[in-house]
Amino acid sequence: MGGESILKSPEATATEAASKDAVLETQGITRRFDDLIAVDHVTFAVLQGEVFGLVGLNGAGKTTLIKMLITLLAPSEGGARVCGFDIARQSAKVRHSIGYVPQLVSADGDLTAYENLNVYARLYDVPAAQRRDRIMQALEFMSLTSVKDKPVREFSGGMIRRLEIAQSMLHRPQLLFLDEPTVGLDPVARASVWEHILELREQFQTTIFLTTHLLDEVENLCDRVAIMTHGKMVAIGTVEELKASVGPEATLEEVFVHYAGTHEEQAGFRAASRARRTARRLG
Amino acid sequence: MTATTISPLPSYLSKTFAIVQAEVVKLRRDPTDLFSRAIQPALWLLVFGQVFTRTRAIPTGNLRYIDFMAPGILAQSVLFTSIFYGLSAIWERDLGILQKYMVSPAPRTALVLGKALSAGVRGVAQATIIYVLCLVLGVHMDLNPLALLGAIVGVVLGAGFFSTFSLIIACIVKSRERFMGIGQVLTMPLFFASNAIYPVSMMPPWLRIVSHLNPLTYQVDLLRALMISNSQSAIGIGVDLIVLLCASIALVLVAARMYPNLTR
Repeated sequence: MGGESILKSPEATATEAASKDAVLETQGITRRFDDLIAVDHVTFAVLQGEVFGLVGLNGAGKTTLIKMLITLLAPSEGGARVCGFDIARQSAKVRHSIGYVPQLVSADGDLTAYENLNVYARLYDVPAAQRRDRIMQALEFMSLTSVKDKPVREFSGGMIRRLEIAQSMLHRPQLLFLDEPTVGLDPVARASVWEHILELREQFQTTIFLTTHLLDEVENLCDRVAIMTHGKMVAIGTVEELKASVGPEATLEEVFVHYAGTHEEQAGFRAASRARRTARRLG
Repeated sequence: MTATTISPLPSYLSKTFAIVQAEVVKLRRDPTDLFSRAIQPALWLLVFGQVFTRTRAIPTGNLRYIDFMAPGILAQSVLFTSIFYGLSAIWERDLGILQKYMVSPAPRTALVLGKALSAGVRGVAQATIIYVLCLVLGVHMDLNPLALLGAIVGVVLGAGFFSTFSLIIACIVKSRERFMGIGQVLTMPLFFASNAIYPVSMMPPWLRIVSHLNPLTYQVDLLRALMISNSQSAIGIGVDLIVLLCASIALVLVAARMYPNLTR
């Protein structure tokens, strides 16, 4: 535990971030469901242009935290500013500034790739004159031009994910939320999605906020990582900082076990039943 | 970031239309559902309609029974489709589509209105099939363009009302299983507590009161006046339209408030 002093507290990082370019800042954001505290006074910041990873066991509060940040769920206490707007009082402005790709496969299978994008171009006020160009550009960017008129039902998992990311960038969001972007994808598709996410940041300076269970995703993609356990944010830093805080030559898995108590696979009954309980409450 | 300011009304309508457009594309791509849904009204008209037209058991004034019931069957057909619209909202929630709609800057009322009008479009497609069916069966139809236009408005309003009602139920029950149960329980009482297949004058007093609280009664009354030649509205076309319009607007506002609950 001795190495922990190397790591700044999430709060300290948030204060530090206030002087820099923070795209997202929370202040003691909290959400209760009856007697359960899903997110417990979390304060942190996401910096302009970074890929920020949020990891934690199922039921740790990641999804609830994201839902509050994207204005789907009101905080019970505390608050956040996203892209300079207050999530409670300026939710419409927040929605205009962010993109969101849910964990679920959320493209409409009965529509073609182009038609899917067209719905969102309209919902996001992309002016009619620019709509076609924007859609074609997004398809091109995500390497989907050749299949634009195919029904999405016929797409592979990786193609659907790329389509969803294309959809979320149509309105050029400053900040993009990706909820477990590569869950269920094969390694090739996963690498392709990673590549496209990094290109997106490269070309549009989009800040990326993603949740993940996959430690290699953290290694390959994230500039900074935050670990959540039982609704609290217990560690935040670069992959190197986190490793150093646990011990010399620590692996990311050891970091995770250290902070989250146990790794996903060994989490066993408690985490599973907790996740189920949360799911029931939310369902 | 999009800094472009767009005037609010065209932007609102564009978003509403985005939802409707997706539905129209799906309907065009796979119209089989429309035809399978035509079977039930065809049976009502062919069997029930023919038998009761012969027996003259139901007093329908100067109208033949089949002429009297045809608008009721059209309204029923639209009702039975629209009342399950909430199911697609739950489905979209399970897929994550709804979450993306909710995270977009589109006003909730635009999303709900889009769904209501989508149901309306589907209703008009069903109505076209039933019109053809009625013509084949020799129902005395009023094909005056103005009457046709009025009938379209009646179908869209009815479909919009019941699909939005269905959406509200979906927001309350939140699961497909519970929704199926409630949907089944609702359809028949709505149908029988209306003037769809017998006139209000035949009903016991308590049912008359219930039928006047049932928007389906106003929709059927409107459609009967517009769809069948030489028929009159028992309530008044203006009243029918106002009741349906106000009820629909009220439900859209309620549903827009409740819609986000589905994603929680």
